[in-house]
Amino acid sequence: MFRPRIIPVLLLQNNALVKSIKFKNHQYIGDPLNAVKIFNDLKADELVFLDIDASREKRCISPDFVKKLAEETNMPFSVGGGITNCNQIQQLIAAGAEKVILGEIASKNPDFIEEAVGNFGSSTIAVCMDVKNNFFGKQKMYYQNGQKSLDISPIDFAHLMEQKGAGEIILQSIEQDGTMEGYNLELVQLISQSVSVPVVALGGAGDISDLNEVYYKGGASAMGAGSLFIYQSKMRGVLINYPTKEEIKSNFTK
Amino acid sequence: MRELIGIIDYGMGNLNSVKRKINILGAEAIITNDISILKKTTKLVLPGVGNFKKAMDNLNSLGIIPILNQRANIDKIPILGICLGMQLMCNFSEEGNVDGLSWINGRVVRFKKEKGNNEKIPHMGWNTLEIEGESPLMKDITEENEMYFVHSYHVELQDEKIAINKTNYAYPFVSGFQKENLFGLQYHPEKSHDAGGIIFKNFLKL
Repeated sequence: MFRPRIIPVLLLQNNALVKSIKFKNHQYIGDPLNAVKIFNDLKADELVFLDIDASREKRCISPDFVKKLAEETNMPFSVGGGITNCNQIQQLIAAGAEKVILGEIASKNPDFIEEAVGNFGSSTIAVCMDVKNNFFGKQKMYYQNGQKSLDISPIDFAHLMEQKGAGEIILQSIEQDGTMEGYNLELVQLISQSVSVPVVALGGAGDISDLNEVYYKGGASAMGAGSLFIYQSKMRGVLINYPTKEEIKSNFTK
Repeated sequence: MRELIGIIDYGMGNLNSVKRKINILGAEAIITNDISILKKTTKLVLPGVGNFKKAMDNLNSLGIIPILNQRANIDKIPILGICLGMQLMCNFSEEGNVDGLSWINGRVVRFKKEKGNNEKIPHMGWNTLEIEGESPLMKDITEENEMYFVHSYHVELQDEKIAINKTNYAYPFVSGFQKENLFGLQYHPEKSHDAGGIIFKNFLKL
């Protein structure tokens, strides 16, 4: 029986693990390699690593560092941050990543998705969409860690990415990020209903019932979360955690 | 003879995770596209993620198809195709409309959109297996075990009797086959925690 993936999303800054609230106030969490070891023991489904400074600093997430992660990681993982060409993708996959996540380049040059998919297959190419309301209450797409906005609407962008062959869309709500107050259900519904590729919901998960809700009501194919798997509770004491097999089974059997 | 597992390097996908899994089990593995090494290996793994046509192009330009054919069909050493590797063992793929290695009579087709099925493509995530027949590769694997899948295309066998696994996503499809020394798995045992480890252990014992 198919079961949706539950994906810890780990943010990297100078190769250290950090966690943000609404893309700001980054708190140092620890060594990502230690976190990986714990997620191995907890049998996490999949991991995502995002180098959140790479794009702004006009560099790509380090393949050497990805190789170190791969040596420790027992499950599939994807990486993102500043990727702009196929050569980098080749290096990251060779280093051991299963998939790459394209952000800014997807916004600026959607045709690149097509090129990447032609070279690596659509199941290797994921696109991350960062969404928040602008001053006029209209949902807009952002890039470079939420600093710069795009003119295209989230729904049109999702369609465009599907058309270019992206294999997965990671849909992140900037306003929910780190709040642990639940996903932006409407946004997830809107996008997952309108594309035929898997949508990973991200931003806002505070407990397992949020994961359940965004899967059954939101139509997400997979549930990503940072704070939920990094903090012990909403008090935000660091404790790497993950639902048990039993919790997953009782929440996600159709 | 000392076991040496060759992991075929044709520039597609993540080969280190396969090597690591084999090394953890105490066997020696080498990532290679060197014909003289491919001749010496006792078993081969054909991994791979990506585009079928590009994969065939790469295998062709490396000039290793003749040696692979020899190892598969004449020497008959155990060969494990994983994901795209499984698909490449077949006659033909809709992905690029190109011929494969043709070791297995079968076609690779895109997941069909049928009435009433609105499953997302790619099939990406954890799913279980129905186990058919008695393949040594499936020893100690149960229908409770979850495996990691990520693919948009799947194999349709001419002779369904060689299927060792089926998986249900939108509809039941062949997720594993065995024809004598040739094994193909649509899922990634190298990414499937302990259950995947059991499959490699079984492969090493062949």
